[in-house]
Amino acid sequence: MTSSTHISVKDIGVHFTLGRRLIGKPPVLRAVDGVSLDIPKGCFFGLVGESGSGKTTLGRAMLKAVPITTGHIKYDDGDVQYDIATIGKDELKDYRSRAQLIFQDPYAALSPRMTVRDIIAEPLEVMGITKTREETDNRVREIAAKCRLNLEHLRRFPHAFSGGQRQRISIARALVCEPKFIVADESVAALDVSIQADILNLLKQLQQDMDITFLFISHDLSVVAHTCDHVAVMYLGRLVETAPTRSLFNAPRHPYTKALLSAIPSLDPDDAGRAQRLSGEIPSPANPPDGCRFHTRCPHAREKCKIDVPKWRQMADEHFVSCHYAEELAEASEPVPAG
Amino acid sequence: MTKPLMSVKDLTIQFRTDEGIITTVNEISFDIAPGEVLGLVGESGSGKSVSAKALMRLNAGNAIYGPKSSIVLNLDDGPVDVLALRREKDMQVVRGGAVSMIFQEPMASFAPAISIGDQMVEQLLVHTNMSKKEAREHSIDMLARVGISEPSKRIDQYAFEFSGGMRQRAMIAMALSTSPKLLIADEPTTALDVTIQAQVIDLMKELVDEYGMGILFITHDLGVIAQTADRVAVMYLGNVIETGEVRDVIRHPSHPYTKGLLNAIPHLHDLDRPLTPVPGDIPSPLERPTGCVFHTRCAYAIPGKCDREIPSPNTMSPGHTSACFVAKEIHNNEAEAVA
Repeated sequence: MTSSTHISVKDIGVHFTLGRRLIGKPPVLRAVDGVSLDIPKGCFFGLVGESGSGKTTLGRAMLKAVPITTGHIKYDDGDVQYDIATIGKDELKDYRSRAQLIFQDPYAALSPRMTVRDIIAEPLEVMGITKTREETDNRVREIAAKCRLNLEHLRRFPHAFSGGQRQRISIARALVCEPKFIVADESVAALDVSIQADILNLLKQLQQDMDITFLFISHDLSVVAHTCDHVAVMYLGRLVETAPTRSLFNAPRHPYTKALLSAIPSLDPDDAGRAQRLSGEIPSPANPPDGCRFHTRCPHAREKCKIDVPKWRQMADEHFVSCHYAEELAEASEPVPAG
Repeated sequence: MTKPLMSVKDLTIQFRTDEGIITTVNEISFDIAPGEVLGLVGESGSGKSVSAKALMRLNAGNAIYGPKSSIVLNLDDGPVDVLALRREKDMQVVRGGAVSMIFQEPMASFAPAISIGDQMVEQLLVHTNMSKKEAREHSIDMLARVGISEPSKRIDQYAFEFSGGMRQRAMIAMALSTSPKLLIADEPTTALDVTIQAQVIDLMKELVDEYGMGILFITHDLGVIAQTADRVAVMYLGNVIETGEVRDVIRHPSHPYTKGLLNAIPHLHDLDRPLTPVPGDIPSPLERPTGCVFHTRCAYAIPGKCDREIPSPNTMSPGHTSACFVAKEIHNNEAEAVA
């Protein structure tokens, strides 16, 4: 995992203007506000946070699926280098075959009017990757086998499949053009638990076989813990902590990360009551708090947190956090509750 | 323990559809005592929501209840045979009177064009003798009780003005304002962020202690069950396959399906443990397997037996039963593994 950086996000901002005003400037919602992170090549990178934290918007910015307001995203897969923020039309076409998205809901993501073969073949045809029908069919069959779909399934329509099978179809569609970078946005959230493990194992397998870099967006920390190499935690448009998975789960430094971890319901019925509860809910990103954005819900917040924005600091090897009191809190921290 | 509050016996529910008659619930039985939380766990399509709706007679008109089915609600002034209720007016006792329900999607469960207060007052006028003024005061008290700040202002707002967590709190306040004997909670925390889920679970625990009603808690999340339920019933394809005290079932799962579910979910305290999916997909309800419903996905299936004979519940320990031919072996293996 010490290989080169595949995607380097520098101080990226995605701002949306809310409505119009006759006089004065309309309010601006900063869905992503000054985020920087590096994703190494071949990494399974997790991005977690509550709804409204901006994790989906950040993922889409990396795919140039939302307009980027400020900052740069450097993409370098060894063959080509792009700045996604300023990428031109022709380059974007090429980038689309290198970076793909797997959606959350496998029921909504597949056209009910197309056969599975046509769904998987569409990216190849649209991007003009294959020249003949035979070539297309070969590619479709190859990727279908990798995603553990039966060849006889290819003639059927999506309605004939269960949630897990549909998610395998949408994975096959994302992978058929042999992308180097995949954003998987809540790709197992809509699946039953018994199927979820199957899809996670499949994604890991494909990542290793095809040497893909993954951005795995999820609200479920236990899924991220089991799947990802490196994790970034977002809150209200900003990163609060990034670390290698083990380091993050064994020694979380930011109070928000700790609270997220302790909120996961433990499988041990006698483990109740140890959890550290967060009061209130995530504030509106249209009107975020001053200083540290987490101070309104933080059990350790002090005066300084209301005024000063905490710096992004290194705590340990590859472990970064933005909290004024991370050192103090780390000493006082309890072990992670069993989950 | 005298009489259970709610007693369900041999409940069978079928639906008449264009594709034929579909059996969604097959001869299930369970009791709920006053003050007890019974967890009903299962994947989508296992029949858990349909069973819960039967308790309130909320299933669609094409539902057929089997001839042996019985649902009896024991109230202070005598038992109510729920399935024998014919007139809509008589059904009010199980629809907000003695039985209340919290739904999964709080946004979809409130009328968007009627204020929260008017909806709360309306049901109090239907189910109690309160005057309009008393009902409004009681509703404000209930909103305060579930932790909504400024309840006298909030009560005149509409559902869209509430955040997800607050809507679910308001839903709980509304369900509890008629002081029901039994509360049915259908995936009440699934649509919420983990931090908010933890708050709602804490709130529900407090309210059980305070009001002493029985709760049927439906979820697909075994962690949520471990933290809330006293007893648990695991459903698969319309059958209850294992039931018992929550500690017994989670520590000594005795049905291959329960065991499979526990192996499929990520455990935070053991990140190295591989995730093992339950093999295969859930069969379509149109193609219910013969014999044991789980044999098509079961690693322990005995050819010639499990695909022909239907296993009856085996008692593992007092109150802990598993409908499996090899339940004893699995139970003993699990006991060894834990020891």
